Amino acid sequence: MSTTPSTAQTPETGTARVKRGMAEQLKGGVIMDVVTPEQAKIAEDAGAVAVMALERVPADIRKDGGVARMSDPDMIDGIIEAVSIPVMAKSRIGHFVEAQVLQALGVDYIDESEVLTPADEVNHSDKWAFTTPFVCGATNLGEALRRIAEGAAMIRSKGEAGTGNVVEAVRHLRQIKGEISRLRGLDNNELYAAAKELRAPYELVKEVAELGKLPVVLFSAGGVATPADAALMRQLGAEGVFVGSGIFKSGDPAKRAAAIVRATTFFDDPKVIADASRNLGEAMVGINIDILPETERYASRGW
Amino acid sequence: MSVTAQPVIGVLALQGDVREHQAALTAAGAAVRPVRRPEELAGLAGLTLPGGESTTISKLAVLFGLMDPLRAAIREGLPVYGTCAGLIMLADKILDPSPGPWGPGETPISGQETFGGIDMIVRRNAFGRQNESFEALVDVTGVPGGPVEGVFIRAPWVESVGAGTEVLAEHGGHIVAVRQGTALATSFHPELTGDHRVHELFVHMVRTES
Repeated sequence: MSTTPSTAQTPETGTARVKRGMAEQLKGGVIMDVVTPEQAKIAEDAGAVAVMALERVPADIRKDGGVARMSDPDMIDGIIEAVSIPVMAKSRIGHFVEAQVLQALGVDYIDESEVLTPADEVNHSDKWAFTTPFVCGATNLGEALRRIAEGAAMIRSKGEAGTGNVVEAVRHLRQIKGEISRLRGLDNNELYAAAKELRAPYELVKEVAELGKLPVVLFSAGGVATPADAALMRQLGAEGVFVGSGIFKSGDPAKRAAAIVRATTFFDDPKVIADASRNLGEAMVGINIDILPETERYASRGW
Repeated sequence: MSVTAQPVIGVLALQGDVREHQAALTAAGAAVRPVRRPEELAGLAGLTLPGGESTTISKLAVLFGLMDPLRAAIREGLPVYGTCAGLIMLADKILDPSPGPWGPGETPISGQETFGGIDMIVRRNAFGRQNESFEALVDVTGVPGGPVEGVFIRAPWVESVGAGTEVLAEHGGHIVAVRQGTALATSFHPELTGDHRVHELFVHMVRTES
């Protein structure tokens, strides 16, 4: 990883440090899915640290079916224009040309996302080739490290987007954190075999074993619908949360958005979470994962 | 307090790269405490305001009753150090990223409150969006041993300073580090590098003050 200090006199853009450092600035915050400039403004006013610009929230992608692609550039421009906080946008897995377009549009972060229909069933995009940093989803440590090896500067546990059900987010975050804990207990001889089992580069595995954490920021995503859900993910070790359909598919988006921000900051204070949970109107209607057919599970996209 | 005692320095922990500031301050010889509530300001010898999203930090500070107590504490001389978003929060006046139709200096951001404390006008995201984020070496007055590695992320710059504010560093003709009395601010993030000299300068300021 090129985290060595720059000795150049001229400013250097797109370094690993500015890409990963950008995600460090988002820690403790909530990143919200938005589909219009108006929603982006509501998210910013509620205290979001960034917005994710997309054409349809995951719940609608599920409902409508069809191929889900990168958003319309006009829509992304409109959202960039509307807010001063960072704007992220999604590309399909392996669709590096969508990513090139998003970089050209000047988005602040690209989410190579399983929520969109994958464009390549073998390869993810080479994320080192970009100046714009990438966030990628992962269901376990090996997957997270493969994405980091490809250049991802931030990881989010996948969860199951568009369900309003936090169970998969919990499963994936616990999986990642648990595997990190196990690495901590291994000696140097065992790390080689661990790297083989994780199907991840040895250097990254060793780095995680030494740090006791990923070398990049770890957020949680996919199914967060309430302030308590957000606080749960923080208490389980997520450094921040993505909220997709949970806000703008609820009864009172502005109020729910602000409540989730409060509960994310004071994730360890049940009184604040209780207060934030009052009178929020209706939460999005959730989906039980066990009735979701395998083919409709987004988390199994990407590998 | 004796010069050798460990000063207790708070890190505003509403949002942002709190852990990195805690690590840098610890390395620079301070005892560190996160601050999210007004009562946690008691007994601090200094406070750092981390990098993060200044709009979010500002809203949370209002929501959780920190805005007024913090303003008062800074006014009464609590030493403070802000990086990036923290620099924005220390500005007496802030401007939108791009000059509006009224020209620079005429478009104050509506609704975003700051703690203030440094007589300066700051332009948010002045160096550009994430694709323009960069690293460059920066000479900082008061930091011995050569330039520091400046990590600038969607960074603000200081558009102008009042008579009592000392300019400590510039990059590309723009002010990126300032000091006014016991308040210090940088557009860049020393906490993201292994180099703790700017935090050492701040800890020294805190020690001198207490």
